[in-house]
Amino acid sequence: MPRGMVTIDKERCKGCGLCIAACPHQVLAYSGQLNRSGYNVVYAENPEACVGCAFCALTCPDVAIEVYREKITT
Amino acid sequence: MPTDLDNMVKVFSRPKSLTDVRSTYCPGCQHGILTRIIGQTIDELEIAERTVIIAPVGCSVFAYLWYRCDAVQVAHGRASAVATGIKRADPKLIVLSYQGDGDFASIGTAESIHAANRGENITVIFVNNQVYGMTGGEMAPTSLVGQKTTTTPGGRDAALFGYPIRFSEMIAQLDAPVYVTRQALYDTKRIIDTTKAIKKAFTNQVEGKGYSLVEVLSTCPTNWHMKPVEASKHIADVVTKVYPLGDLVDRG
Repeated sequence: MPRGMVTIDKERCKGCGLCIAACPHQVLAYSGQLNRSGYNVVYAENPEACVGCAFCALTCPDVAIEVYREKITT
Repeated sequence: MPTDLDNMVKVFSRPKSLTDVRSTYCPGCQHGILTRIIGQTIDELEIAERTVIIAPVGCSVFAYLWYRCDAVQVAHGRASAVATGIKRADPKLIVLSYQGDGDFASIGTAESIHAANRGENITVIFVNNQVYGMTGGEMAPTSLVGQKTTTTPGGRDAALFGYPIRFSEMIAQLDAPVYVTRQALYDTKRIIDTTKAIKKAFTNQVEGKGYSLVEVLSTCPTNWHMKPVEASKHIADVVTKVYPLGDLVDRG
């Protein structure tokens, strides 16, 4: 399984939680931190579990998530 | 966590044809997912230079701020009519009429049906969230029987207000439209299906095939008084029983 990584734009996140529900590996959770708009933003709680499937990014209505995946070297 | 970015490839980023402006949608509103899908499709087809987006009246009224392409904000319900005018004036342009259910299926009924019946070579995205979102959650013609809205506080009573209108099925009866489909966004599979449908609707226009309509079942967590995840589940469990998903016409 390749390793992945997500970056979340805190100021874009509106804390709707759709990405938390979409993630098949329970990577994401609410951080308890508020952004400038007052939303409880999401962060990667278990980043080591991320495989870079991008389900979170496909679901994010605010396009706040970018996804990276490990290069496969043979 | 792998922090070494050199060894990582970016597999998902913000579409280039979206601006940096933050959307005005409520948290969890699936209009935002559609905005991203449209941006991605415009990128993939490389049509940003000649795309014109028609922003309707409704929650998506500010759509002209979010795309790096031309846009017009039009009178309530008239998006399909303005799209017709723009397309006929310059057929090289790719015209997207982006409309909600109050706009497309209520106030703009005449314009919507006749643009479809003439088989205008345009792409229409019809976002059906069964409520008038922007004005405060009033009943729309697409509201479900029993649905509580600010104008039907006891639930929509079919004897008084009629039944939810299946607009795509009406348009599918016409001879002209080449592609009519109904999609949803409640899980990853549906999001991917919707992406494919929207790409097809744009491709039909680029190839000059004619009128394409993509109806998308969307949530309104604010006016449904549900959490975003609950609202997605409501679409899957309840709304799709009234509005079945799938292609209704595909003459492409």
